[in-house]
Amino acid sequence: MTCLLSAQDVSVRYGSLAALAGVDLCVHDGQRHALIGPNGAGKTTLLNVIGGSTKPHRGTVRFNGRDVSRLGPAARARRGINRIHQRPAVFATLTATDNVVVAALPRVTRRRGWWPGGRRRAAQHRAGPLLDQMGLTDVAAVPAGHLAHGQRRQLEIAMALAGRPRLLLLDEPAAGLSATEVGRLAELLRALPREVAVLLVEHRLDLVYALSDTVTVLRDGRTLAAGAPDEIRTSPLVRQAYADGMS
Amino acid sequence: MRDELIRRARGAVAALVLAGLVVAPWVVDDYTAAILARTLALGLVGVSVALLTGVAGMPTLGQTAPYAAGAYACAVLGSQISDVGVVQVAVAAGAGAVLAALTVPLVVPARGLIVLMITLAIGELVVTVLGRWRSVTGGTDGLAGITPVRPFWGLPVLATDQARYLYTLVVVATLVGAVLLLLRTRFGLLLRAGRDDETRLRASGHRVPLHLSGAHITAGAIAGAAGSLLVVAQQYISPADFGFDTSALLLLGVVIGGTASVGGALVGAALVIAVRDWLFGVLPGHAPLVLGALFVATVYLLPTGVNRVRGPRGRLRPPAAPPSRPDAPAARDHVTVPELRA
Ligand SMILES: Nc1ncnc2c1ncn2[C@@H]1O[C@H](COP(=O)(O)OP(=O)(O)OP(=O)(O)O)[C@@H](O)[C@H]1O
Ligand SMILES: [Mg+2]
Repeated sequence: MTCLLSAQDVSVRYGSLAALAGVDLCVHDGQRHALIGPNGAGKTTLLNVIGGSTKPHRGTVRFNGRDVSRLGPAARARRGINRIHQRPAVFATLTATDNVVVAALPRVTRRRGWWPGGRRRAAQHRAGPLLDQMGLTDVAAVPAGHLAHGQRRQLEIAMALAGRPRLLLLDEPAAGLSATEVGRLAELLRALPREVAVLLVEHRLDLVYALSDTVTVLRDGRTLAAGAPDEIRTSPLVRQAYADGMS
Repeated sequence: MRDELIRRARGAVAALVLAGLVVAPWVVDDYTAAILARTLALGLVGVSVALLTGVAGMPTLGQTAPYAAGAYACAVLGSQISDVGVVQVAVAAGAGAVLAALTVPLVVPARGLIVLMITLAIGELVVTVLGRWRSVTGGTDGLAGITPVRPFWGLPVLATDQARYLYTLVVVATLVGAVLLLLRTRFGLLLRAGRDDETRLRASGHRVPLHLSGAHITAGAIAGAAGSLLVVAQQYISPADFGFDTSALLLLGVVIGGTASVGGALVGAALVIAVRDWLFGVLPGHAPLVLGALFVATVYLLPTGVNRVRGPRGRLRPPAAPPSRPDAPAARDHVTVPELRA
């Protein structure tokens, strides 16, 4: 089976620090792929390389059979790579609804009719159910900058989904969420249509093991292990890596 | 409830100001009517500054450039093509838009303070060209004896200061209304989103440089149209009308008026220009000092500080060692990994 996304031999350096040193990653269509590792392992950097916001020193990124290495983040998003950021990124002065509308706009097509504003109305139609799914209906008219941290994260997830992703990059979606919100998030990820592949970075390993079918472990910018959740859970190598990373 | 009250109060103030502007020519003398007309034109340039600074997040000191392009295009070309006001406004808006389009490659990729410096340089360059290109612009002496304008085909030419003022008022009101409508469209929404978080907007798949170019060219067209109004109001133009002091004051006025508010920008810019004219009368010779102080105030008053108006550019190259990380962990609030630490 070919990869929907494949990153090959990706290296990123920050000065003398190798944030990524020759990482390979393959995400299949519809896969639930988790990326774990201690702080500073390079997980966010790898998501940035895949999303196009960081240009690697070496290596290529292929998506859906095409080399997208030279494309910027916007072009990759239009091809179906959508993401949420480790620190929730939302449009602070726009209402929650408008945030989702903006995120949906690149992927809605113009409705028939000559009256202007058709695309925006189509995007609005998509925003309602997504906000509902994330439990944000009550705050739909509140500027995103006034939302609580957990709500902002939920909002960014709604925005990522509004872009009709084929690959969803989630950078610690559960960080800072309440127990209820984490439950809703898990439910949502489980209910995602099978056409959507997910690359999930998450420190909450209970979530990782519950949601993913493949786990890749990064450490110091290298792939330490990859396999099914059960193999990873019991791997002494991985335990050791985390124990070192924590100290 | 409070918001509703504020909105009503704002509406009432706007209605009052508009009513005052409409009856003004019957209340004030000719000289004041002419000054008012010129101030309105500058207020319209202020609106274009607000569109860029407040809505799109590109603080600018260069809107005098399309303003000048519009004014000279109107005075040199427009009056030869036609004496109809609508035509002249269109020619001037076109000239402003063309100049803005030419400078897109310089302005749009820049961010924050760099935008201020580049737009300032463009403004100064235009003034210099106007002063040197004597055969067309009349050099620093400027252009006088401009043929009077008739607002529309079949209407009489504007012969009095009152008539010229009312013409200016109608054009300004129409264009401000158009800008307000534009801001309510998808385009306005995307501009505000980009001002809030450009990286996020790119990550959603939007072509941010395209929006910014559109905003820059639109603002150029508005400033250009304002230039044609200046020609009508003053019946004389010279490079001195488009100097750095004007740009700085417009930016200051827009900041005072609330950068993202179009009505506020119009009032703020007009107020600041009026204060300048008055100040220069009372404090002759101290103009540069006052301007310097105003400029410093402008930079400090910009709500988030000029260099933070726009975030870092979307695509960061690692070797450049960018000072800010778009994805820096906000807080390491998740270091415990219970299952593996056992
Ligand atoms: N823009 C940058 N400039 C300098 N160093 C950076 C930059 N971005 C990341 N780094 C460094 O690269 C390494 C990998 O960072 P990264 O954010 O990818 O880790 P992570 O696995 O996401 O960690 P965390 O679990 O804390 O989010 C870290 O040592 C980090 O300090
Ligand atoms: Mg990270």
